[in-house]
Amino acid sequence: MQVSESKIMEEILSEYHPEKSSLIPVLQAIQKQFGYLPREAMEAIAEYLEIPLSTVYGVSTFYAQFRLEPLGDHLIKVCHGTACHVRGADKINEVLENELGIKSGETTPDGTFTLERVACLGCCSLAPVIMVDDTAHGNLSREKVKKVLAGYRGDPR
Amino acid sequence: MKPKISVGYASCGIAAGASEVDKALRDAVSTTSMDVEVRRVGCVGMCHNEPIVEVHMEEGVYVYGDVSPDDAESIVRSHLGEGVPLEEKLIVSPEKDYDYFSSQKKIVLRNSGVIDPENIQEYIDSGGYDALKKVLDEMSPQDVIDEIKDSNLRGRGGAGFPTGLKWQFAADANADKKYIICNADEGDPGAFMDRSILEGDPHAILEGMIIGAYAIGADEAYIYCRAEYPLALKRLNIGIEQAKERSFLGEDILGTDFSFDIHIKEGAGAFVCGEETALMHSIEGGRGMPRPRPPFPAQKGLFDKPTNINNVETWANVPWIIRNGADRYSEIGTERSGGTKVFALAGKIKRGGLVEVPIGTPLREIIYDIGGGIDQDLEFKAVQLGGPSGGCLPAEYLDTPVDYETLTEAGAIMGSGGMIVMDECDCMVNVAQYFLDFTQKESCGKCTFCRVGTKRMLEILDRFTEGEGSQEDIEKLRSLAKYIKSYSLCGLGQTAPNPVLTTLRYFYDEYIQHIEHGHCTATVCRPLIIFQITDECVGCTRCASECPADAISGDPKSKHVIDQGTCVKCGACVEVCPVDAVEVE
Repeated sequence: MQVSESKIMEEILSEYHPEKSSLIPVLQAIQKQFGYLPREAMEAIAEYLEIPLSTVYGVSTFYAQFRLEPLGDHLIKVCHGTACHVRGADKINEVLENELGIKSGETTPDGTFTLERVACLGCCSLAPVIMVDDTAHGNLSREKVKKVLAGYRGDPR
Repeated sequence: MKPKISVGYASCGIAAGASEVDKALRDAVSTTSMDVEVRRVGCVGMCHNEPIVEVHMEEGVYVYGDVSPDDAESIVRSHLGEGVPLEEKLIVSPEKDYDYFSSQKKIVLRNSGVIDPENIQEYIDSGGYDALKKVLDEMSPQDVIDEIKDSNLRGRGGAGFPTGLKWQFAADANADKKYIICNADEGDPGAFMDRSILEGDPHAILEGMIIGAYAIGADEAYIYCRAEYPLALKRLNIGIEQAKERSFLGEDILGTDFSFDIHIKEGAGAFVCGEETALMHSIEGGRGMPRPRPPFPAQKGLFDKPTNINNVETWANVPWIIRNGADRYSEIGTERSGGTKVFALAGKIKRGGLVEVPIGTPLREIIYDIGGGIDQDLEFKAVQLGGPSGGCLPAEYLDTPVDYETLTEAGAIMGSGGMIVMDECDCMVNVAQYFLDFTQKESCGKCTFCRVGTKRMLEILDRFTEGEGSQEDIEKLRSLAKYIKSYSLCGLGQTAPNPVLTTLRYFYDEYIQHIEHGHCTATVCRPLIIFQITDECVGCTRCASECPADAISGDPKSKHVIDQGTCVKCGACVEVCPVDAVEVE
């Protein structure tokens, strides 16, 4: 971790009470800043909250939100809620995997996209849905999802 | 009156394009000299018609659906400017009713889609915080608890425990500090009721919690809300700030000696945290794993203090009950359960959205009268209630009244309110496998039967969808289900087998078809289906270029052939074929 990053870390930590109940909010703030939870950050959190590193690791790996690996530039979340499931979420997932050449949970080698399965995005009437970064794209078909992807790649298809 | 335009600005609406419509409306209004107010409101509940625009005129309300930015511009120019409504996008007008709404009874959703959720004054103008004033002026804490008991309100998170009784337990506990929690960790896939309430009427939840805190003697609260709901979180934060400014929240509320504060905790994505003890561990900063009860949270809850926890919808009912009286609330619904329930109607339905009906309304009325029936007029197969803890009910149960007891008897549960409709193209073995896959992944791992048992059940179901397995496996499923239900600590494990048990009970034939005949009638289970090109093929080559596995060959203008060994059965060829020449068996 670079000096500037350590400084950001310190600033984030100083906003929270050094007690165990701050652990999840701190992890969320760190991840928001860095996109994932770097090991150094987890060590700094353990020290600041005076809890074992194993506890920090245990909590980080328990919750689906936390990532221990860096993210791609764009995060694609494929909704696998019940409504999306019956409306073809698996198919959408497959198209994305084929187009990107990666499996769910992976990041493309050029670091552009990370593909993730999520349980439910809560916009069931637009099923099947994906969310790219903070934008939801609904009523997807095989064709439409390719267009959405092309929009983020910057190549007009 | 000054004309007003409201844009449905909840997550669903935004995903469907409400931001662009909102901008187009504002741009169009700014180019005219008209005095029109453009407002952003919460979820109107008609997800199937998003983006939605409402025009409030002297003579009444006009509702437009499926509005594009161009339509928005026309609405301003033609309707507001020249008095000519845009007929082709008009759903409701003073002369035109919409039966989607007429069978509904809105209590929880009374303000959603009506008021601007980011403006506390609009909530107050609709009678908001009157209940709190009434409670502080006229009622003792015990009066409040008695009123909630009399209303017959039961917990809307799924289990249906009587709310007044729960409050009584927490009120009776002796302690120097007590907590209130709002469970907004809506984790059931296919459920979005709580999100819409949080986004559409956050003050109703806050007011309910403040009243609850007064009743049980709590001075601090947490709202545990999914991080996946950024808009809900934003509006809750705004709501809390505004309530503090008006002295509805904070020190010495409305000049009394009652003080109360609410914090927000963002959930980090664990389905098991919907369980109350797991949720409390999560607020305390740990892994969200449940613990045995007793002691119940009312005695020993958050940070070991007495705690009362209710879900979003339960809290949102409270101000209405206090304002209108327990009698009026208990008149709605059934004898054993008062009021309404909000359902998130989705799946293979014509008109999906948020539906609020009196408890005891038959399923048929919800699915056909309100939801408009099955999409593309296909055959109804099942309705899934209660998410991964619930079950799939077949057509015979369509006349079942929706209440806690009847649904439990049928093997489903009321649950938090997800209602997914399935048609003839859905395979029930696949649906059971889908839910088991979910619970198996979400099991926290504490109880062996839940951790290992769900995995074993899933493996059997995986085999079924590949056409393997035997009658003996069905018995194994049943026996595993029994043990998992009995020996799991929390609701996740105790209900995890429900989707399998209900499908076995109502769709047994489908299981047999898979196992004994290697056949999936719904053509969902890939190992059991084959794709073939018929003589209808015109040789347009589109399927061949679309096929991700390069399994299709053929010369232009001649019949194409699918190589069964290479085919991955994704169905891309079916979708692109212009002459429907690809058959699935």
